[in-house]
Amino acid sequence: MGTSRNLSRRKFMQIAAAAAAASGAISCGGTRSPWRFLTVEEARTLAAICDQIIPPDQDPGAAWAGVVNYIDRQLTGYFKGLQKTYRQGIAGVDQSSLALGGKRFVDLPAERQIEVLAALEKGQAPGQTWQRLSAKEFFALLVSHTMQGFYGDPRHGGNREGVSWKMLGLPYPPIRGPLRYDLTKPGAQGGS
Amino acid sequence: MALKHVNAVIVGAGAAGGIVAKELAEAGLSVVLLERGKWYTPFDCRKDDLRNQRITALGNAFGPDDERYRRVFVDAQGKEHIVRPSEGNYHNNAACVGGGTFSYGAMAWRYMEKDFRMRSTYGAVEGSTLEDWPISYQDLEPYYEKAEWEIGVSGDDSGNVFRAPRKKPLPMPPLLPSREHQILKGAAERLGLHPFDIPMLRNTVPYNGRGACMRCRWCVGFACEVDAKNGTHNTVIPKALATGNCELRTECVTKEILSSSQRRVTGVAYFDSDGKLREQSADLVVVSASATESPRLLLNSKSKLFPKGLGNRYDWVGRNLQGHAYPGAYGLMDFDVYDDLGPGASLAICDYNHGNPGLVGGGALCNEFIRLPYNFALVRPPDAPRWGAAHKDFQRKWYKRCIAVHGPTQEMPVFDSRVQVDPAVKDSWGIPVARLSGLNHSHTVEVARFMAAKAEAWLKEAGAMETWPKLPGRGLSGGQHQAGTCRMGNDPQTSVVNKYCQVHDVDNLFVVDASVHVTNGGFNPVLTIMAIAYYSSDYMVKTWKGTKFRG
Repeated sequence: MGTSRNLSRRKFMQIAAAAAAASGAISCGGTRSPWRFLTVEEARTLAAICDQIIPPDQDPGAAWAGVVNYIDRQLTGYFKGLQKTYRQGIAGVDQSSLALGGKRFVDLPAERQIEVLAALEKGQAPGQTWQRLSAKEFFALLVSHTMQGFYGDPRHGGNREGVSWKMLGLPYPPIRGPLRYDLTKPGAQGGS
Repeated sequence: MALKHVNAVIVGAGAAGGIVAKELAEAGLSVVLLERGKWYTPFDCRKDDLRNQRITALGNAFGPDDERYRRVFVDAQGKEHIVRPSEGNYHNNAACVGGGTFSYGAMAWRYMEKDFRMRSTYGAVEGSTLEDWPISYQDLEPYYEKAEWEIGVSGDDSGNVFRAPRKKPLPMPPLLPSREHQILKGAAERLGLHPFDIPMLRNTVPYNGRGACMRCRWCVGFACEVDAKNGTHNTVIPKALATGNCELRTECVTKEILSSSQRRVTGVAYFDSDGKLREQSADLVVVSASATESPRLLLNSKSKLFPKGLGNRYDWVGRNLQGHAYPGAYGLMDFDVYDDLGPGASLAICDYNHGNPGLVGGGALCNEFIRLPYNFALVRPPDAPRWGAAHKDFQRKWYKRCIAVHGPTQEMPVFDSRVQVDPAVKDSWGIPVARLSGLNHSHTVEVARFMAAKAEAWLKEAGAMETWPKLPGRGLSGGQHQAGTCRMGNDPQTSVVNKYCQVHDVDNLFVVDASVHVTNGGFNPVLTIMAIAYYSSDYMVKTWKGTKFRG
């Protein structure tokens, strides 16, 4: 049951992505975004940032887990008051990237991306945005929202397929009460 | 249309208000119980790890909401901040039927004898209003017992050689030990300490017509889906309603207490769930709204006779706001300690509550509730990377190998740590909001340092390869353990209520909640709040004369 649901969900994501790309192509200038708040460009930049905060390795990273979807969704909900911060902040990250590496954030190699984020964390990133907005505070916000989107309940749009919980060896779907069976081995029953 | 006059109106259906409602209703008084929040069920939260009463990344699950409520917080630099309930500096406690008891961790501590005699035990502390309570542990003992048996407590404190004498054991046994519990217990014993099973307001066997804890990992901050966590919402409030004498009105926000020219109160004015201003007249008014909201309500109740607010003739209402410093430590083990057996906190020591050389008081040390993955992302040794590959490695490597030990350290009350009403900011009903200001006492920080070192030593003995302390600062305390703001005392010039929780110069007005705590013990306060509610209700019932209240 779990497998078929995952497949259909993955398929749904593919269709959704294709539709999003198509709609972007149709509208003049490509300004239509499949996201609720973010522009296509902002979402790409944000995905790259999140993927440095929780990078993919043997386990998926933040972008795969849907952290951008989590943040975008909250930006039209509980984080509504942070819309301006995100709009300015993401632009600021690109300003810092251009100043430090000559390219926009998404185009920088991974090591340079990490340098840019480390500069933000220390409050030493160049860029005019950071005269209005604290780079340090914006980065702290990005880290905590990324953690929420990656480790929080999938109901909020992140942690796709419970990926972070599986990574930590927690059962997914979550079990209420003591787990008496090893769900990672179909058919196997652990005693207790 | 005027509302029907009742014998008693109670503001707040939390730990204390629920008990007072039941006691008065069973004695035959007609009671209206006003609650600003809703009556939730566990299915209103469904174990949401980003939206509950402990992790409020997406708000509080059980109120108050971020839209309509505000407070003003004055920081250490004197700067004012308007804060929302989901922010730490709001110092929130839940707003719902059951109050904090609906979603708490449910530790059920009796304070120790010395906790009621802090001033006589330790002498004066400079810069602190440290004082003895006007009542003793012995006065409260029968009421602690009543709370333990009526609300329902499990555990086994027979191994606690420091506990105050009890007449009856707890009604339910403790849960079976988790792996972490066993590791810590052995370590404590090797150190010559006295570990025991924490008393908890949680069913471990069927009790009161409800089943036992299923040991899930979503406990503190969440509602219990199997209704095994015992609060006032599933014990005394249903009993109060069953008498037919008590009416519970939810989503009712009390604006002020009304008073007559005869130094008596006559009822309350409140906004009902439609936002309509209503007046409920009563012979008796009981304020059980929490240590922030109760003083706010008294201060907002001004009249010609009470120009500074009710009970505030000597400017003591709202003073001495305290909570608990929460020092502790984390330890990383080279073996798995996580066995997915909730709720987590189960073992404690009281070896350091009193008698620490050169220090005033101390506190209990307990293992912590299970940390969900998002909570654990915030747990790092000082200077460890908070993001990137190192973050992820740490998370994977240590999630199941980390133990946290911490506990509530008794605070030195500070006169200028206080709740006032803000002159400018109002909530969405137009009622002036609470304004919180002040600092924690420096000695509290000193005691906390000592406690953190003891926690680290315990973890090291348990096999931790690396430990690091969790230390509180001087920032204002309050939060879920908020207390002290309507002090109980014999002298009307240095307290707000008498030893029965009756406001000094107003016979028919009572404050019954943690506001009356003179000091707050080195323990989670809820069982003491419940005991005081039984104790004070007993006095109200005994002095009740027909339809008129004469205290």
